[in-house]
This record gives sequence, C-alpha cells and structure tokens, in this order.
Amino acid sequence: MSTQSGFVTSATELRAYAPAADPAISSLASRTASATPRLVTSPQNLRTEPGPMRFAIIALAITFLTVFVVLPLVVVFAQAFSKGLSAYFAALAEPEALAAIRLTLLIAAISVGLNLVFGVIAAWAITKFEFTGKTFLITLIDLPFSVSPVISGLVFVLLFGAQGYWGPWLQAHNVHVLFAVPGMALATLFVTFPFVARALIPLMQEQGTQEEEAAISLGASGLQTFFRVTLPNIKWGLLYGVLLCNARAMGEFGAVSVVSGHIRGETNTMPLLVEILYNEYQFVSSFAIASLLAMLALITLVVKTVLERRLDEGHMPKDDPSDH
Amino acid sequence: MTIEVKNIVKKFGVFAALDNVDLKVDKGELLALLGPSGSGKTTLLRIIAGLDWPDAGEVSIDGENALARGASERNVGFVFQHYALFRHMTVFENVAFGLRVQPRAIRKDEATIRARVKELLDLVQLDWLANRYPSQLSGGQRQRIALARALAIEPRILLLDEPFGALDAKVRKELRQWLRSLHSEIHVTSIFVTHDQEEALEVANRVVVMDKGRIEQIGTPGEVYDNPATAFVHGFIGESIVLPVDVAGDAVRLDGRTLSIPALGAAPGASKLFVRRHDMAIGPAGTGALEGAIRHVRSFGPIQRAEVTLSGSEGKTVIEIDAPRDRELQAGEIVSLQPRRYRIFAAQN
Repeated sequence: MSTQSGFVTSATELRAYAPAADPAISSLASRTASATPRLVTSPQNLRTEPGPMRFAIIALAITFLTVFVVLPLVVVFAQAFSKGLSAYFAALAEPEALAAIRLTLLIAAISVGLNLVFGVIAAWAITKFEFTGKTFLITLIDLPFSVSPVISGLVFVLLFGAQGYWGPWLQAHNVHVLFAVPGMALATLFVTFPFVARALIPLMQEQGTQEEEAAISLGASGLQTFFRVTLPNIKWGLLYGVLLCNARAMGEFGAVSVVSGHIRGETNTMPLLVEILYNEYQFVSSFAIASLLAMLALITLVVKTVLERRLDEGHMPKDDPSDH
Repeated sequence: MTIEVKNIVKKFGVFAALDNVDLKVDKGELLALLGPSGSGKTTLLRIIAGLDWPDAGEVSIDGENALARGASERNVGFVFQHYALFRHMTVFENVAFGLRVQPRAIRKDEATIRARVKELLDLVQLDWLANRYPSQLSGGQRQRIALARALAIEPRILLLDEPFGALDAKVRKELRQWLRSLHSEIHVTSIFVTHDQEEALEVANRVVVMDKGRIEQIGTPGEVYDNPATAFVHGFIGESIVLPVDVAGDAVRLDGRTLSIPALGAAPGASKLFVRRHDMAIGPAGTGALEGAIRHVRSFGPIQRAEVTLSGSEGKTVIEIDAPRDRELQAGEIVSLQPRRYRIFAAQN
C-alpha cells in the first residue's frame, strides 16, 4: 500500500480513536473528552521546568504536530487541486466517485442509526440496572477497539463467506451479505459500536437514576421518562458519540476492505476508492476524494469541540427554551 | 390516607435490610422514620413508594393493595435527598411535569396547569424563580421546588427521603419549621426519613425508631425520649451516660460495689444503666450513688458540661454530665452523682 493513502487512513483512525481508546492521543489531539475523566489543572502549577526546557518541549510538540498532522492535511488538498479546480470537480463527478460517496453515506447512515439505538440500550442497561455479567458486558463493548479492523472484517467472512458457517445456507436462499451492502454495513457496525455506548456510559453513571425515579413517581410512563427526562439529559453526549461514530464509519478502511470485494461502482466506499485510484496513478481523483474525507475530519473536529464545550457546561443548556 | 405495612422482608444478598416490619400510619400524620444508616428506613420508604419491591409482606395505601401497582400508578409524592430536579427544565416545568405526563383523558388544559403551578410556587414561596434552572438555585430552594413538584400531582401520601440531609445546619432548621407549618396547612399523610434525632423529634407527630431492619419503638417524640423501649432507643435518642452494671435481685452493682439505687424490676444479670446527661445530679462528696473526680469543665449557654472520672474504676470510666450553671464546679473536685431518672436494660451480647 502506498504511503500517502496509508496516512489518510491512519489520520482518520487517529481522530476516531482519540477520545475513547487512548488518553495520550486524545490529550494531544484535543481537550480531554467526556469519556475520560477531566483533569483540569492550572498550567501555572506545572511551571516547574526552567525557561529553555519549556521552550524546547513546546517547540517539539508543535513540530511534531506540524509534520505528522498539519503537513499531511495540506498535502492532501495540494494534490487534490494540483490540476486546477475543474479537474477537481470533474474527478468528484465521475460515476465511480459518486457511487462511492453514495455508498459511504448509506453505510454510515445504517451503522450510525443502528449504533445509536444499540448504544443507548447498552448504556441504559449498564448504568440503570444491576445484573450478573455486567462487568463482562462493559469489557465486551470495548472489543471492537482492541481488535484489528482487518480481523473484524475476517470474522464476517468466516461467518457469511462461501466456506463460512452460514454461507451455504445464505447462498441457497439467495441472500447476499458478503461483497454487498449488508456485509459492509455489518463490518462497519461492529467496528463503530463502542462510540455511542462509551460516550454515554460515564455521563449516565454520573447522572444516576434519581431523575428517572422522580419522573416515575410523578406518574410518567417508561417512554415518557425516557423521552422527557433521560434523553434531554444525555443529548449532548449522544450527539458526541454519534459524531465520532459517523467519522469512523465513513473513514473505516480495514474491516470494510475485507468484506467489500472491491466491485467497481458497486462495493467501493470512499476510503477504498482512494486506494484503488491511487494505485492506478489517478492522483487528482484519488486526492479529490481524500480531500472530502479530510474535510469531514475538520468538520468533525469543530463540531466535537463545540459539543465538548456543551458537555463541560455541567450538561446544563441555559438557552434551551421550554419545548412543551 | 392511611398506610399499612405488614411483615415486610427485604434482603440485599444475605443482608436483611428489612426484617419483618409492621407499621400503620394514620390519616394526616407526619411520621418520622428515624435510625442510623443501614437501619432500613430508606428501603422501607422506597417500598411504600414503589421504587423498591419487598421479598415478602404487604403494603396497602388506603386499604388498597399497593404492591399490585407500579410507582407511577400509586399517586405518591416522593422527595429525594438530593432533590432529583430535572436539570434541563425550568423550575416551572419541573413543577408542571407531573401534570403534563398525565394520560390524555384526565390531563388538564394548559391554563389550568399554569394556574396550578403558580399556586404551588406561591405555596413554597418561590414563584419568583419560575424561569430559573435548578442549577441556579440554592439547596434549600431546590428542596422546596422538589416538594412543590411532588405536591403537584395531589398525592395521596407524601414521602420524604432525608429531605434536609444535604443542606447546611441553618437552612435545615428553617426548612424543618417550614415543613411542619406546611403540613398543618395541607394535611397530607406524610412520612419522612431522617438519621437526625433532633429533626425527628422536632418535626414529627410520631417517631418510628429503626435499627438493623427492625422497628425498635413507635411513639410520640415525648414517649420515645422519656420512655425508651430498648437500650438502642435510649442510646440513639438524646445523649446518654451508659454504665455496665450487674443486677441481682433489687441491687445494682457497678465494679463490684452496690449502688444505692433500686433495680426497677430489671431482670438479673449483666445489664446497662442508662442515664441522661442532665438527669445526673451533682452533689457534695459522699451523698450520692456514685462518686468521681471532675476532670474538666466546659461552660456554654445555660449549662456546664463536666467530665467526671468515676472512683473505683481506676480512672477508666469517664462520663460527661450536664449541670446547670448555678453551681460552680472545679477541676479536681470530688463530687457525688445521683441519677434522678434512669433505665436499666439487659446487656446484649
């Protein structure tokens, strides 16, 4: 695999992994997210190093970020626009490119939508009830983060492939999972499952069950309690999880690559198409699509910052008008 | 509305939170469940509300089996220790919540709801906070809003779980008086849980003293204070001096010496002598049942508190006594002590 397309993938993963999986990366990339405990220490307290040392550390950090984050991002856009604006838009208007964009949006919509529901249910079960096997379930939620995406994809090949467990049965009933949208959606669903649940669990744990109990004692039904009390309390955390989930779903390469089959114009998502075009020396087209993913990354970053600020406000939107 | 609880058992694992509890609450009462933490008082309250379920036993509200209904159908007002106000709603919407979630068939129209909320905010004297969010209120204000919210559904009974537990001492005192006057105004049958004996004695009509999942005594504040039924109640309510004694016939012995007080019919054997701090009279040496040397005296308000080392205990037994200020006490002075009122309970192993 080429170095350039390789970095696009890794940049996406860096951003997607950051808040939940690796606190070291997250503190580099942005402020600590709600999923990890917030350590607010005044910088003054840390000024124990002499001046030159401080300068060296700051310079090192900035140099590192410039070389490994800013520079690659600039290169993507430079390459994308190297033959001018018209070539850029022509590359994006290619039927193959449009198909990849459509497919990426479809898979993201399916996996984010389902993960939204499953994530809320998992977080609800873990934070509001006591049951045996709860610790195991919490560990299980993190599994997709600790498994290589390629292996996640292979699991589905083993399950649904021609030689897999359910493959023959599916073939007999003419159901296409592998090398089709269902398989790609499943792989993406698996890889992105932790985001929503991980954004919600600490938040819901902190909030406890008292407001729900109050609502029920006031005569609210289960659904009324969820939609009027629980959901408004977790909405910023939920949006945060959905945002990261979406970023990862659109940027996912490894797992989707294994189950996609790379059928041109049919089962290529944007990251997959970037690699194919690059390998065929179609640099402008390749980087044009890569630039879309990079823009998604930038937008995600901005929205994420806004959401984190919301979450920091003690989950208390003051300008929220009464909506009843 | 009356509440009747029969043979309630509730276990958390092997720990018995409630062990065969019976309780009857009369219409219009303001009842306190008093006990140390872990005594089961909050669990009992939550079971009555339907937020917890007993392993065995019956709960009826107004003669009707409450266990057949969930918490949302019991029409019970519940006030939480940490307020549990809906943080994303204004004070107004918090109070209106119970009216807005009513089934469509009986839900009141917007104007009626607004009038009712206004009325409740007036009742708790916080109408000027209607558009604020809970995070903008003080603890005392939040708890009053929580109470208004619970009252909005016109509950058959009102349950308060350590309602003043999270507040500072001064606000707590104010709210106690306020709760009592509010109760005499609206007269809804109410139970509140507290671990603060002063709060229970000051606010409630009747006090239920609980320990280790059992009810130790039920009575008016005067009854539980003056006539504690068990050693636990005597030790838990009011400040007590406790001395290990032996009862033989009508004689009471401390450290092998017979005290000149009758056993008041206490069963023979190892026992505990309970005396209130202010029920121990201090006199000149040689005139009372006990004798001791004053170790230290502190004076505040109308009383002075003396630490007295009892003679014959090799300096091991030190008791604290409250005496009026009219008699000058000196450290080192030998005095006699005479219990004016006391109780003897069998020592528990």
